Amino acid sequence: MLDWLLDPFSGPLMQRALAEVVVVAIACGPLGVWVLLYRQSYAAESISHAMLPGLVLAALAGAPLLLGAAGGVLVAAAAIALAGRDERLGGDVGVAVAISALFGLGALLALSPDVPARLGELLFGDLLGVTARDVAEAAVLAAGVAVALALAHRRLALSVFDRAAAPSLGARPARWELALLALLAVSTVAAVRGLGNLLVVALILAPAAAALNLSRRLPAALVLAAALAALAGVLGLLASYHWQIAAGASVALSAVLLFLLSLMVRARSLDTH
Amino acid sequence: MIVRVDGLAGGYAPGAEVLAGVSFGLEAGTIAAVLGPNGGGKTTLFRALLGELPVRRGTVALAARPAYVPQTDRTRLDFPVSALDVVLMGAYGRTPAWRRIARADRDAARATLERVGLGDRARRRFGALSGGQRQRVLIARALLQDSPVILLDEPLTGVDAASAARIESLFAELRDEGRVLLVATHDVEQARRWDRVVCVHGEQIAFGPPAVTLTTDVLLRTYGAELVVLPGGERAVAVEHHHHDD
Repeated sequence: MLDWLLDPFSGPLMQRALAEVVVVAIACGPLGVWVLLYRQSYAAESISHAMLPGLVLAALAGAPLLLGAAGGVLVAAAAIALAGRDERLGGDVGVAVAISALFGLGALLALSPDVPARLGELLFGDLLGVTARDVAEAAVLAAGVAVALALAHRRLALSVFDRAAAPSLGARPARWELALLALLAVSTVAAVRGLGNLLVVALILAPAAAALNLSRRLPAALVLAAALAALAGVLGLLASYHWQIAAGASVALSAVLLFLLSLMVRARSLDTH
Repeated sequence: MIVRVDGLAGGYAPGAEVLAGVSFGLEAGTIAAVLGPNGGGKTTLFRALLGELPVRRGTVALAARPAYVPQTDRTRLDFPVSALDVVLMGAYGRTPAWRRIARADRDAARATLERVGLGDRARRRFGALSGGQRQRVLIARALLQDSPVILLDEPLTGVDAASAARIESLFAELRDEGRVLLVATHDVEQARRWDRVVCVHGEQIAFGPPAVTLTTDVLLRTYGAELVVLPGGERAVAVEHHHHDD
């Protein structure tokens, strides 16, 4: 059994993948809890999808994916902000139109003959292909997100728990909502190399939803979300190794599996109380 | 004077004032009702006192930044916090982001929960408390802010009788400590029990001690068609439609 767990991580390829996924989990898990509490899961989905043109342009230009992801996120955020403000459309419709347009543009660019055959890698990531440099970059971004979340903890809590009283207690909700979206963008950029822009959302939202199912208090939910995201990473890599399936997709499915388990545990605890 | 408002007019957009002609002053140790119909400007007046409303004319002067107690149904009941966690939020404003909350503030938070009669509910999830208990937790949070001015938005609406009695006796204690309480209400009978009343309906209709201020004429101008004058003409009841678009 121990061999089954440890053998896969004896080679550098899997070791780097493990480091990448654990580092990303430390940022994505707790961030996901805030995203769910702020009811911004649609924004999480939107930002990651809408960054595709940036990723494809980076692939076209032979530039680092991280750079493309950052540019893509900026354009996506601006488009979402502008479209969301248009009262003729209404917030959700505006955002949906902006995202579909950007995702479509990304796919169009990706189908051009000049693009290296890496569309799959952009959409679904390449966890087993990450370099030591990729891991280091993700670690810096993830550490930045984790520290920012720790420092912003009280203001974020005030802004979402009690929007009306938050200013009198020292927090401006609109400002902290924006800060959360910025951190979401940074986390997406950090995770996109390994998980791709379609699967990154699973690691942000599923462990966080599971942690909120299982915790009664916020600090416990934040720590548990990081732990569950890391666990999903490990389980996904093990599944990928032993059953020869795609690593990023395995991680995403493991995260969803943990969420389903949390639903069962919660249902059982409600039954016994 | 702890609270001084002179000729206040304000609104969220230039030229569209939602409240005008407000002038009143409150000494230390005063409970003042802010009386008016929904949409009449009670919450807007609070926002002006909190510094959140663009003031177009006039001045607002307070001895200190006020504490604010919102209606309990405006808080997120699914948020994973205990009653004590919520009270501790009253200390967030004076605690730097990188510091733990001071032991003195933790002790004070427990003491204020005791004071509102919820010492044994400290670990209970906020959303699992009754409406009256939640209101008392929010009042405890305002007490931890330790401001001489507390603004309370409909604190007795939808509150069980035990909590209402506790809250009203707490109001009297806070008045005796020299604090100023402004209590938004649509209940004329509540307003009659306190020291001062400010009647608003887009503008200030009247201000003064309830006994001389709450005349049928003032109430008619405050509530308009929503007012029902009971037989005898002495007692007036405002008909309230519950929504929070104030």
